[in-house]
Amino acid sequence: MSRFADFVRTAAGAGVLVVQPRMGFGPLDRMRAGLTAVRDCRASTVGTVTLDSYTRVGDFDSARRALRAGDELNGFPLAAHGVGAVRELLDEVSSRNFPVQVRHGSPLPLGLFRIMVAAGVDATEGGPVSYCLPYGRVPLPEATDNWARCCELAAAAPDPMHLETFGGCMLGQLCPPSLLVALSVLEGMFFREHGLPSVSLSYAQQVHLGQDLEALAALRSLAAEHLADIDWHVTLYTYMGVFPRTPVGSFRLLEDSVRLAVHSGTERLIVKTPAEARRIPAVEENVEALEFAAAVGAKEAADCATAHCPPPAETGLLEETRTLLAATLELGRTVGSALVAAFARGVLDVPYCLHRDNAGESRAVIDERGMLAWSRAGGMPVRVPRTDAMAAAPLTAARLTRMLSHNERRYDREDIAGSLLRSAA
Amino acid sequence: MPVGSLRVVVSSVSSDAHMWNLVFLQLLLEEAGHEVTNLGVCPPDATVMDACRGADRPDLVVLSTVNGHGHLDGLRLIRAIRRDPELALLPVVIGGKLGVRGGDDGFGERLLDAGFNAVFNESEAPVARMLADFGAFLRTLAGNLAPREPAVAAGAR
Repeated sequence: MSRFADFVRTAAGAGVLVVQPRMGFGPLDRMRAGLTAVRDCRASTVGTVTLDSYTRVGDFDSARRALRAGDELNGFPLAAHGVGAVRELLDEVSSRNFPVQVRHGSPLPLGLFRIMVAAGVDATEGGPVSYCLPYGRVPLPEATDNWARCCELAAAAPDPMHLETFGGCMLGQLCPPSLLVALSVLEGMFFREHGLPSVSLSYAQQVHLGQDLEALAALRSLAAEHLADIDWHVTLYTYMGVFPRTPVGSFRLLEDSVRLAVHSGTERLIVKTPAEARRIPAVEENVEALEFAAAVGAKEAADCATAHCPPPAETGLLEETRTLLAATLELGRTVGSALVAAFARGVLDVPYCLHRDNAGESRAVIDERGMLAWSRAGGMPVRVPRTDAMAAAPLTAARLTRMLSHNERRYDREDIAGSLLRSAA
Repeated sequence: MPVGSLRVVVSSVSSDAHMWNLVFLQLLLEEAGHEVTNLGVCPPDATVMDACRGADRPDLVVLSTVNGHGHLDGLRLIRAIRRDPELALLPVVIGGKLGVRGGDDGFGERLLDAGFNAVFNESEAPVARMLADFGAFLRTLAGNLAPREPAVAAGAR
């Protein structure tokens, strides 16, 4: 097993949630300082190296020029620093007790994988669907071929990299959980098919604790069925949509993501900082969010052992996900070809996604219960609730805005309620 | 097509992968009775220009971008559009978060000078006012185009 997965498994065995930031800086010394601060903070952490947007799209020359000119980059220019410098950085900072993941967001990452494998990177993430459909114009079949070669390269390394799917995070918000879980499992199966021995499956916190608990339970059941012969764990992302504007609201949303992680048995959590909605957070802000998440996690785990856990919803999510998986897998001899065929026929169809290889016939809304629901199925074998007034109501631009800012409003309200309570006292 | 209805191309710019702003704009324009072709995220300049040629020529192009590089990508694209004889007079507007700093950054002026018919900069005005201005722009444009339809029909006879 990779030392990344090994570290996560050991922590989970001890009942400790592993927490991880999003973090990337241009110069080596700043990246080293950021990683060291994360390593040394009061939490069980893994490190993150997030790449800059030039490097993500393979424009290594622009990244090199910006680095030489001393321009501010929005992440770490992996290729510009080169294999030797990256290996040296990792040798110095990372260890069995502090493995590091490289995060990139590229639909065609083969060039990046060559550098990561050569530099001995512990882990990375993405997937043929999840890094293609939301972020650009690369055709899905081309991304799928490229990712297959990436996986094979990573699997052939002396110490194979750990790979995480981003499939449970599609578009960040307003995608019903059954499709998120299906995509996460399908990308995990794609990684397995191409030889990777150790993977993690992602899921992003949405708008309803009970529904998210049901989704994570379904994800674990299906991973156990489909990935029984390889190592796997689950990674939760703190809400990725429009974030609360107030510090209280932001920390409450982060707190709820920790509770969700603990009560669902999730092993690893990728946190967000209150600053992130507006700018790239400072190292101190990341450390603060990590330590906060670790403290909440420890308290929740103690509560969980002695008292009640919040119950998952019962909406038939596991069955719907199973149906989506079966309908997809029967379309191809390999997971990759099945994924491509399923999107071409609209059997998989990410709501609101404008990519040309996505059918774009499905729609999702927040329903009367405050859960994500389908309002239009398109060609997918999913259930559209006919009796729910919110699912039946027409979608307008104003309503879309309200749904996108649902969590922002919900959590910022606590700031107002708090100040009212203080003024009453 | 009903009178007052515009054919609108909605698009991001080359470096911007944000999608929700484009989804929102399409709904907003369709609710107002316009017909939308949505080009999606990260279009190369040539993709936007080719979507506006010949029989595809829209009444309006709406560029929407929120990654802070809009002032760079938008400037390059509008210069290319205005240099192209077929597209020189095409109505094109840009809106969103056009700069990284926020506040009065002077991008609006420069983009207008380069050839945009209107600029809706979220960094310079509250969103509600920006949308109200955009609505007013659409009504004016639709009003100016509407009377042409009978004239074209008469000419065809």
